[in-house]
Amino acid sequence: MKVIVGQGSCGVASGAKKTAAEFEKKIREKGLNIEVSKAGCVGNCYLEPIVDIYDDNGGLTRYVKVQPGQVADIVETHLIGGEVAVDHEISEIDKTFLGKQKRIVLRNCGMINPENIDEYIAIGGYEATKKAITSMTPDEVIEEIKNSGLRGRGGAGFPTWFKWNAAKTAPGTEKYMVCNADEGDPGAFMDRSVLEGDPHSLIEGMVIGGYAMGASEGVIYVRAEYPLAIHRLETAMNQARERGFLGKNLFGSDFSFDIRIKAGAGAFVCGEETALIASLEGERGMPRLKPPFPAQKGFWQKPTNINNVETLANVAWIIANGGDAFGNYGTSKSKGTKVFALAGKIKKGGLVEVPMGLPLKEVIYGIGDGIKNDKAFKAVQMGGPSGGCIPASLIDTPVDYENITKTGAIVGSGGMIVMDETTCMVDMARYFLDFTRKESCGKCNYCRIGTKRMLEILERITVGKGKDGDIELLEELASKIKDGSMCGLGQTAPNPVLTTIKYFRNEYEDHIYKKKCTAHSCRELLTFTITDKCSGCTLCARKCPVHAIKGELKKQHEIDQSICIKCGKCEETCRFDAIIRD
Amino acid sequence: MTCENSGCQCGCSNPEYAELDAVMGKYAKTPGSLISILQKAQDIYGFLSINTINYISEMTGIKPAKIYGVATFYSQFRLQPIGKYLIMLCKGTACHVNGADKIEEAVCDELNINDGETTKDGIFTLNNVACLGCCSLAPVMMVKSESGDETFGNLTKESAKKVLKEIRQREAKEAKAV
Repeated sequence: MKVIVGQGSCGVASGAKKTAAEFEKKIREKGLNIEVSKAGCVGNCYLEPIVDIYDDNGGLTRYVKVQPGQVADIVETHLIGGEVAVDHEISEIDKTFLGKQKRIVLRNCGMINPENIDEYIAIGGYEATKKAITSMTPDEVIEEIKNSGLRGRGGAGFPTWFKWNAAKTAPGTEKYMVCNADEGDPGAFMDRSVLEGDPHSLIEGMVIGGYAMGASEGVIYVRAEYPLAIHRLETAMNQARERGFLGKNLFGSDFSFDIRIKAGAGAFVCGEETALIASLEGERGMPRLKPPFPAQKGFWQKPTNINNVETLANVAWIIANGGDAFGNYGTSKSKGTKVFALAGKIKKGGLVEVPMGLPLKEVIYGIGDGIKNDKAFKAVQMGGPSGGCIPASLIDTPVDYENITKTGAIVGSGGMIVMDETTCMVDMARYFLDFTRKESCGKCNYCRIGTKRMLEILERITVGKGKDGDIELLEELASKIKDGSMCGLGQTAPNPVLTTIKYFRNEYEDHIYKKKCTAHSCRELLTFTITDKCSGCTLCARKCPVHAIKGELKKQHEIDQSICIKCGKCEETCRFDAIIRD
Repeated sequence: MTCENSGCQCGCSNPEYAELDAVMGKYAKTPGSLISILQKAQDIYGFLSINTINYISEMTGIKPAKIYGVATFYSQFRLQPIGKYLIMLCKGTACHVNGADKIEEAVCDELNINDGETTKDGIFTLNNVACLGCCSLAPVMMVKSESGDETFGNLTKESAKKVLKEIRQREAKEAKAV
């Protein structure tokens, strides 16, 4: 028997370490001989901490939301008594969260101990690398990837085989295979999950890619904000080196390949490949004009190929199972699966891997179980700061590169932030512009100054100082910034504004002309009033920081709107739901 | 004084930077290592002072202006010392939608500082960060200290304040014990 406690970042944040320690303690106290191991994130983040118990026949029982207080019961009932501790077991409904998915990238996440290479080898790990190096030519590897239809999962959706082939055919002997693990999109965490839960599948992808393009050195550029990911990756690389999966003359061939990690230092623009290369070289991460493309002149002016983590995590599976098997999933142009980070106002948030082409509705309601507190679904934000908001009316849109792009959003790296009726769309646009404005490297005037001007306009709209013509001005600036920026950051920065104007123009107009926020979210536009539900308890009057509430004990109170600063303290303190915001 | 690090060619003349020298021996002559050097220097000294930047310049031959340019480009680098506990308050999209602004208000209110500032007693520094990648636990903050990183999820105004109060109490106890 074996106890596995999920310890991805989200599990740890939910207290998984304490749970694991409690298991170890109780098992020791009872004198049992049972191993407590760890795994990465299985994806049901809303159920953390998750504990899997495997019996000797390999049968799995999954316990969810296991805090230290519940450990004694599970140890007593399951580990000693041999019965399932039903109170803590995952519910049938929650099982469907995983049941409706197809897991290729996340195939091992949460299943194996990422710090133990033997577990990875036991499930067929490094077989694909061996197959590629010992029985396939580099051209055959590229052909297989071409056959699979794999496209870059970092955002742009460029065919992977094409990039590999371009780097392979570029003149020169010294070439580099770079992995972009600088997952900077706020709201996306699939790469972190792969790095933490299944680092060997990434290493395999890099070795196979390196073999195909003729590189002998790989570099993984990881976000510094992911300390656990860096730690697990280092452990995995050391173990792979010990087993001869990295280093000189792999599998007895004349192909040598090794990888090193470079920690990023926190700059969103470094997700752009030429900026990433500048950062790898120790410079400010500023993009440069293309061409020459990195495949011709990249890292130290040598041919360089850059792939995203999720893209590379598919590679070993494709080599092992064939490109056709991968192509069986998804649509004709967007093949395979895609991982989405489902978060925001969703009941069951987490990582979801589904075949491309599944309708949005199926992801949000079928897997995510709908909106928190059963509020009305308003929109879903896809593609982070480069993407856009897709409104409720388009919920049947199939999730693939082509159809999502048609809506004005992009698949991007796969962040899916769900919003309900209380989310203000103008505020969302303001939020993203604030982000891109801060992250603009400053090289192109339109991006540097234009995003700031757009942000100022959005800010004044959300505080009720919007003017006639502001919407048109935003649209004009947006098109100028798109045309006048050199890299993807600037070219896509206006997207969140453009899509919200496209689908939620009425909200902009309400803010500007009626000075009202339909979502009741923009503070300056709110009016708090006290209804007849008020019992006259005087609590709000005492809490009000500006003494704007007047009234006698046991009589309905009133807010003096000329004094009120709209802080919402009264609404928070009222026990009778007597205060409404409008 | 010569460096004890085998193979080191850095010269290692300043005992104040002995710890950094050990790292620089590895990186100083490798092109493209500036960011790694700055990361190590910040790990050791907590922030990058003008003196540290000048010293790195001497050792690597990279001009101080350029080092300053790199250090100010990336959000990870700090040019001012920070408190004992660094609060990294997530402002990612999921956290924003789930009320990160209110959490920031509560933290600022509790500590009497704004984003980027340090409390007078030197215990807390507040930094807003782009995304910690724990989106399903939004709103989230991470507290970094010498004893490791701890992440707190599903925050409310009250729970965020409670976390800070507990750290304060622990610190006060330790101060008394000393």
